Amino acid sequence: MSEPVLPPHAAASAKPSRPFFLRRGPMEAVAVTVIGLGFLMLFQPFALVLYTYSLVTLLAGTFMFMIVSKFPE
Amino acid sequence: MTTSPHTYADKAAEAAVRATPEPLARRVRALSDKAIAWLFIAPTIALLLAINIFPLFWAIYLSFTNYRANRPNAEVKNVGLGNYSRVLNDPDIWASMQTTAHFVFWTILLQTVIGFALAYLIDRKFRGHAFWTTLILIPMMLSPAVVGNFWRFLYEPQIGLFAYAVSFLTGIPTSEIQMLGSVSLAPWAIIIVDTWMWTPYVMLICLAGLRSIPDYIYEAAEVDRASNWRQFWSITVPMALPFIMLAVLFRGIENFKMFDMVNLLTGGGPGSTTEVASIALKRDAFEAWATGRSSAFAIVLFVAVFGLANIYVKALNRVKQR
Repeated sequence: MSEPVLPPHAAASAKPSRPFFLRRGPMEAVAVTVIGLGFLMLFQPFALVLYTYSLVTLLAGTFMFMIVSKFPE
Repeated sequence: MTTSPHTYADKAAEAAVRATPEPLARRVRALSDKAIAWLFIAPTIALLLAINIFPLFWAIYLSFTNYRANRPNAEVKNVGLGNYSRVLNDPDIWASMQTTAHFVFWTILLQTVIGFALAYLIDRKFRGHAFWTTLILIPMMLSPAVVGNFWRFLYEPQIGLFAYAVSFLTGIPTSEIQMLGSVSLAPWAIIIVDTWMWTPYVMLICLAGLRSIPDYIYEAAEVDRASNWRQFWSITVPMALPFIMLAVLFRGIENFKMFDMVNLLTGGGPGSTTEVASIALKRDAFEAWATGRSSAFAIVLFVAVFGLANIYVKALNRVKQR
């Protein structure tokens, strides 16, 4: 039995045009999570080491957000 | 015979044209629309660069040096990331961050809940609602310096009206109600004042949100026999949410920088129980004169607020798209 052949437009829509790390939606969500994490690390009262690394986390998240928010949807 | 303002404007324009030297007039006429637009916004951009952008970049530069503002002639050395390392390993600054977080969390929560509740009530359009709206807005219009000073009097244990009211309601002697002197009550004293002052602002933004909801949506819900409770959670809250989030964003950013009220009410005391980040920053910059280190501290706060603003703008866009 031969395999069903999809029309060209259906095949194109089934396959994502860009990989995960080049799409705006998911990468913005990742950047926002990193910013949120950095924010919590900055203001948490539990461990000084988390506070120490909060700025790096915040900066990483912010720069990531600035870059990925320019990606196409 | 009276001359209309339009004629005056025309005459003034004609006079300006006549007074402009011909070579300059020819040059202006040759400018494109885009060039004229740039010419008009250039002063604003120059002012913005001078007042906002330049100090930001100057603070970033200073945060990498050992510069001290009380020794302007001393040699300025590059210390690399040393100031950031000290700020991010200092337990006292860490404690001030926690105080800030406590203050921001409670003020935002109280202001949002009370502000939205007030907006919901005012939106009912009962008799005299305009008068009550004006009355509620008064605290927001006062200067923080005035508010700080008169709340200090209200909190006075012996003569203060606040202490008297609490004593009247609870039976606790007024001398024991030390709102600004008590370690456990002082943070709440500031939270109460900030909530009193800025709840009207949140109310105003929420009221704009509530007034933007079209009546026909409620009418359709009435036809579908939706209860008031259901209408509130399915129409009012989702449609007013972008406005509520905007209010939270504005107040959140403002309260992270909160300085004047805390400085006037407690000055960071008793001890360091109300020493929020901005007070710690002021002490580092203008009492310890560690300008480089305090610049690094300010940049850390800036990055935190900038990151927060990014999250809120994304959340706001998502809510608007619904």
